[in-house]
Amino acid sequence: MQKVTQAQLVSRARQLLDDGTVSRVLGWRRGDFSYDVTPAVFSDTGALERDFVFDVFCCANLSKYLIREANNDSKGKTLIFLKPCDSYAFNALLTEHRFDREKVYAIGISCGGMMDVHTTNALSPDGITGAECEGDTLVLHTLYDGDRSYPLPDVLPERCRTCGHGHAADCDEWMACEKTEPDEHPARYSAVDTLETMTEEERFAFWQEAFSRCIRCNACRDVCPVCTCEKCVFDNPKSGLENKAAADLFEEQMFHIIRAYHVTGRCVDCGECSRVCPQRIPLHLLNRKMILDINRSWGAYTAGAEVGQRFPLVDYRTDDPEASVRADGRDDK
Amino acid sequence: MKCYPHSDLTALFEALSQTAPLYLPTESDNGAVYTKYAAGVTYSASSNTRLSPKSFFFPQTEDLVKFRREGKSVSVIDERTEPEDFILFGVRACDAKSIDVLDRVFLSAPADSYYAARRDHVILMTMACTRPAQTCFCHAFGIDASDPGGDIACYRTEDALYLDGCTERGQVLLDACGAILEDCSDDHAAVTEQKQLIRARTERLPLASLTTDGFGADALDVLFDRPEWETLSESCLGCGTCTFVCPTCQCYDIRDFDTGHGICRYRCWDSCMYSEFTKMSAGQPRTTQMQRFRQRFLHKLVYFPANNDGMFGCVGCGRCLAACPIAMNITKVMNMLGGKEES
Repeated sequence: MQKVTQAQLVSRARQLLDDGTVSRVLGWRRGDFSYDVTPAVFSDTGALERDFVFDVFCCANLSKYLIREANNDSKGKTLIFLKPCDSYAFNALLTEHRFDREKVYAIGISCGGMMDVHTTNALSPDGITGAECEGDTLVLHTLYDGDRSYPLPDVLPERCRTCGHGHAADCDEWMACEKTEPDEHPARYSAVDTLETMTEEERFAFWQEAFSRCIRCNACRDVCPVCTCEKCVFDNPKSGLENKAAADLFEEQMFHIIRAYHVTGRCVDCGECSRVCPQRIPLHLLNRKMILDINRSWGAYTAGAEVGQRFPLVDYRTDDPEASVRADGRDDK
Repeated sequence: MKCYPHSDLTALFEALSQTAPLYLPTESDNGAVYTKYAAGVTYSASSNTRLSPKSFFFPQTEDLVKFRREGKSVSVIDERTEPEDFILFGVRACDAKSIDVLDRVFLSAPADSYYAARRDHVILMTMACTRPAQTCFCHAFGIDASDPGGDIACYRTEDALYLDGCTERGQVLLDACGAILEDCSDDHAAVTEQKQLIRARTERLPLASLTTDGFGADALDVLFDRPEWETLSESCLGCGTCTFVCPTCQCYDIRDFDTGHGICRYRCWDSCMYSEFTKMSAGQPRTTQMQRFRQRFLHKLVYFPANNDGMFGCVGCGRCLAACPIAMNITKVMNMLGGKEES
C-alpha cells in the first residue's frame, strides 16, 4: 500500500484549517527522541507546521480524544486522521453516541505498522537517541552502539504484525487509502491458540505471573476506546468498588478479567491496552480470546466494523441460537 | 576501598547473602526487576530496573492495623513484626537519592514508623552507571551518576568490582565478607578512570542541557498560570503510570476494608493524576486534568523544594519518559516552562 507522508497530512490539515472547514486538528506532536510522540490538538498553522509529526511512531489511537473534542459544546469541527485500526474505535464510539459525527472531519489514512516506545526500547536497550524509517528499514541512532538497522516488518509489535488492514470508517476523504473489509491475518489468534493449548494449570500460572506485575495504574482502562464511562466504578467512592490498591493477586486478576468481560463484544482489538502497560502485561490476549469465543458461538463478528452494530452479548433476536432467550424455547445447538 | 577481583560476582553474592537477604536487579521479559538472591540468580547490569526500589520501604499496599469486634468490645490489633536486615544491591545514584527524598517525607517528625522500620534495616549497595540511558537526566538535579553514595558504592569494571564503604554500616558489611575482598587504595586508577568515563558520557546524553533554571521554591507565582499547562496536559490520560513508576512519588491513601467482623485499615499508593485524589467533604480541589497534571509537576519542581531546603522532588531517573502512554513527562514540562524559554 502506498504510504501517506507527513508533508501530505500537514498540507491537507493546513488547507482545512485555512478554509475554515475545521477549527482544530487532532494529531501527533514530535518528541525529544523521535519515538516519544504525544497526541496533540493543533489549532494554528504555525504549530502544525512546526510540531505535527507523522511517522512510524504515531502509534497512539486518537479516536477516544473525540469524546472531548467533538461534542455538543465543541465550536467548529475537529479534523482527525484515522489509521485503519483506529477506524474501528471511531465506529464503536459513534455506535455508543460518545461523540458528535457532525463535529468531526475524518480523513482515512494508510499505515504500514507503528512502533511504540516499549517495542523500540526492547530492540536496543541502551541509549536510543533518535530513530527513522527508510523504506522498510528502521534505523536507530544509539549512544553506545552507533546506528543500528532493523527490517521494520519483523520488529513491529504483535498487533501490527497480525493486522488485518481493514478500514471501517465512513471518512469524509481518504489519503492513500480507502474503505476496505478486514482481511483476517492468519496469525491473529496464534498467541491465543498457544494459550488454549496449555493445560489449565499452565494457563493459570501464565496469567497469575502476568497479573502479579500489575501496579494498578489504570492506563489500560484509560486508553481503551470502549472504556468510556464518565465515572468508572473503580474511581467512584459511591460504587462500593472504588479501589486504588493492588491489595492482592486475586484482586488484580479480577480487575483485568472483569474489564475484559466488560468490553467483550465491544473491544475493537486495537491493542492499545498492551501498548500502554508499563509492566508489559499482554492484556490484548484476554480480549482476543473473548473475540475468538464470540466468533465461535455466534459467527464471525468484528466490533467497530460498522456504526450502529448490535453487540452479540446484548443483542436479542427471536431466533437466537440460545434456547434460554428464545421465544419458542428451542435449542438449535 | 575494597576490590573483588573477578568479573563473575557469584562468590560475592554468596558471601553477602550469608549475612542478610540480598536483592539485586535481574533480567526479565519485563525489563530489569529486583529479585531475591538465590543460587543461579544472575545480576543484570544492562539498565536500571523498570520499577524503582521504593516499594522496599513504601510498599504499594500495606496493612496498618486491624480492628476486631467481639460483642461490645473492639480490640486493636497491630500485626507488625520487626523487619530483618536486608541488602539492596545495584541501586543507581538517582534511586539512592530518591530514598533521601522519601526520607524527608516519612522520617520528618512525626516519623512514619512503618516506613522507618524498613528503612532502618536496609544496607544500600549502589552502582555507578557506566551506560546511562538516553532518558537519564539526574545531573539536572545535581546528582553525580559516578558517585552513587549509599552505604557501599560499587564500581564495576570488566574484571573486578570495587566497593567503597561510605558508612559505618557499609564498612561492617565489607568486613563481614572477609577474604574474598582485597584492600585497595581509595583513588584506584580503575575507579578514577570509570568516574571520568561516566562524567564524559553524562555530558553527551540527549538531555544533558536540561537544567532546573526557572524552578525552585520561589517559582510558584511565575509558573502557576502559564498557558502552556493546557498544551502540556491536553492529551494526559489521567492514569497513574508516571506516579507509580516514579521513585519519589509518595502520596498514599488510607482506607478501611470491612472484614465482616471488623476492619482492616490499609494504605496504598495514590496518584495525584486520579480524579478522586484528595477528595474531601467539600469536594475535589482539583477538578480538571490540567490542574492535576500541574499539581504533579509543581510538587516536584516548586512545592517540594519550598518545604525541603531546596531539594527537588525529582531525581532524573527517566522512568516516566519510557512509561507514559502518551510520552508526556517532566523533561518536556521543564523544557517548555523552564529557564531556556524566555518568559
